[in-house]
Amino acid sequence: MSGAGCGKEYGKFVKKSVPFFGWGVLCGLWVTLKNFITSYFRKPDEGGIFTVQYPEECLPDFEASRNFPFLVYDETPEKPRCVACGICERECPVKCIHVLMAKDENGKPLRRPAAFDIDYSLCMNCGNCEEVCPFNSIFMDHEHKIAAYDRKDLMRPMQKLLKSNSYFHSIRPRDAEAIDRAIKEAAEKKKAAVPAKPAPSPEAPKS
Amino acid sequence: MIFDPVFIRLKALFLDLCARFFPEWVVMLASIVISAVVILVMGPVIMMYLTLLERKLLGRIQNRYGPNRVGIWGLLQPVADGIKMFIKEDIVPAHADKIIHLLAPVVTVVPSLMVFLVVPFGNGMTAVNLNIGILYFVAISSITTIPIFMGSWASRNKFSVLGGMRAAAQMISYEAPMTLAIVPVIMASQTLATATIVESQGGGFGMNWFIFTPWGLLGFIIYFFCAIAECNRPPFDLPEAESELIAGFHTEYSGMKFALFYMAEYMNAFTLSAIAVTLFLGGWQGPFLPSWIWFFGKTFLLVCVMIWFRGTFLRFRVDHLMGFAWKFLLPLSLINILIAGLWFLTPAIAAWALTAGLVVASFFVFVKLNKTFVPEKRTYVLAD
Ligand code: SF4
Ligand code: SF4
Repeated sequence: MSGAGCGKEYGKFVKKSVPFFGWGVLCGLWVTLKNFITSYFRKPDEGGIFTVQYPEECLPDFEASRNFPFLVYDETPEKPRCVACGICERECPVKCIHVLMAKDENGKPLRRPAAFDIDYSLCMNCGNCEEVCPFNSIFMDHEHKIAAYDRKDLMRPMQKLLKSNSYFHSIRPRDAEAIDRAIKEAAEKKKAAVPAKPAPSPEAPKS
Repeated sequence: MIFDPVFIRLKALFLDLCARFFPEWVVMLASIVISAVVILVMGPVIMMYLTLLERKLLGRIQNRYGPNRVGIWGLLQPVADGIKMFIKEDIVPAHADKIIHLLAPVVTVVPSLMVFLVVPFGNGMTAVNLNIGILYFVAISSITTIPIFMGSWASRNKFSVLGGMRAAAQMISYEAPMTLAIVPVIMASQTLATATIVESQGGGFGMNWFIFTPWGLLGFIIYFFCAIAECNRPPFDLPEAESELIAGFHTEYSGMKFALFYMAEYMNAFTLSAIAVTLFLGGWQGPFLPSWIWFFGKTFLLVCVMIWFRGTFLRFRVDHLMGFAWKFLLPLSLINILIAGLWFLTPAIAAWALTAGLVVASFFVFVKLNKTFVPEKRTYVLAD
């Protein structure tokens, strides 16, 4: 960028001729003076100041960035996509996910989580949970300002982890689109073939 | 000019008020105390804001903003730095010479504050119009070598001592051409008093500055280089070369002691620029604006040039540094005295041609004489 430009310019000055002792010094002064002046009105991509004043402004968010996992629900937070199968709990390398399946009064499993906690202070943002979940339920978030004074505040219970599908669309439109399509296709296929069991197949295609 | 003597008027007003209620000796004491307090406050305040100015300008040169978090445009940054310095732990090395280690930073600040006495800040705004003002300035400013060496020696650290040695060598070397570069000015104005030197540069709308003569220009350039070397600023910052000597003479200093070294350095940068303005740039002389605005404008311009140099140049090598002083600046400053003499002996137009020619010629001659010997590249013919 500007650095390379300055270097080239400096080389041009010096190579041409050296009229007198100290000429190179004057050329160097000219380069810094010009950079000083242009820093006031040039845009960042033209060699101006490119510092991003962080707390006030942020770098543009890009879709593929990832940090901490969250859970997606479709209509209401009471109906999460998660069926508490516990695969992510088993696959998490640092074992920071804790899933408990809800049961009715007869002790019959209800295919939804009674508790779903993720300890953000342990999570290492690997994204394994997103990859292994067969129900397209857990995804990596873009939220990065999660600093807390106490470790306990980094323990996320289910209420805090659940976010709507439209939020998922807003941060990762392409992925969300693909996953919605996959879910719809799976549902249609299931409707076409006479369902033997009411539950969706655990091997639903991911994307 | 209504605003010109505004500060003098203020002081006179205050003294008049004192004279109504107090005996004469109180008024005299008050007069001294006012000048002293103004200088003692101005020195540190200037230093604080020079650090901010330096960081801002360097930032811009390097495509950064510089400090901009504390207050608008970072204007309170120096205050924050000061508080930080005050609450830092003061570490004294176990085997250091405790007393001298403590004294050195204190002693450094004193001469840099003392130089403020003879700086003519405006028309009639010299704290003490000594009739040996310039001599006083030369003597006082060369004292700074001693506290730097004291500090380096007392901290019992090899990097400190190396830095102190370099400081001593460099400052003594650059003292010589600096003093000689001042001589033509003294010849021209026939006086050693700073205020009178400025007055002798009046005339022609107050634009009759010495820098507009060939010898003045050469003298100014020599003086300015030496001034940068005197206050250890880059590219002459060998005593504190951080890439070689950690921090040079102030390696073992922390907290407020370190801040005092810094304060001395920045106040020196300011006073040396102020004296350069006094000697060559016509001091407070200038058309239209009040004299003190001219003076501070010119001085801050020179300080900005120093910062600009810092943002541009690499550090000298030790032998190049000494060679530059003794083999280039010193002979040039001697020749410059001769040129100034010729200027006063020959009539106007001839003087211009003669002296300008001599300045250019001597510059090229000394460059030629200083050419480093580069041996021819040897080629080895191997037997086949
Ligand atoms: S991102 Fe990795 S570490 Fe974090 S919860 Fe998911 S599997 Fe565990
Ligand atoms: S793998 Fe998916 S469905 Fe199974 S518990 Fe984890 S988030 Fe819920």
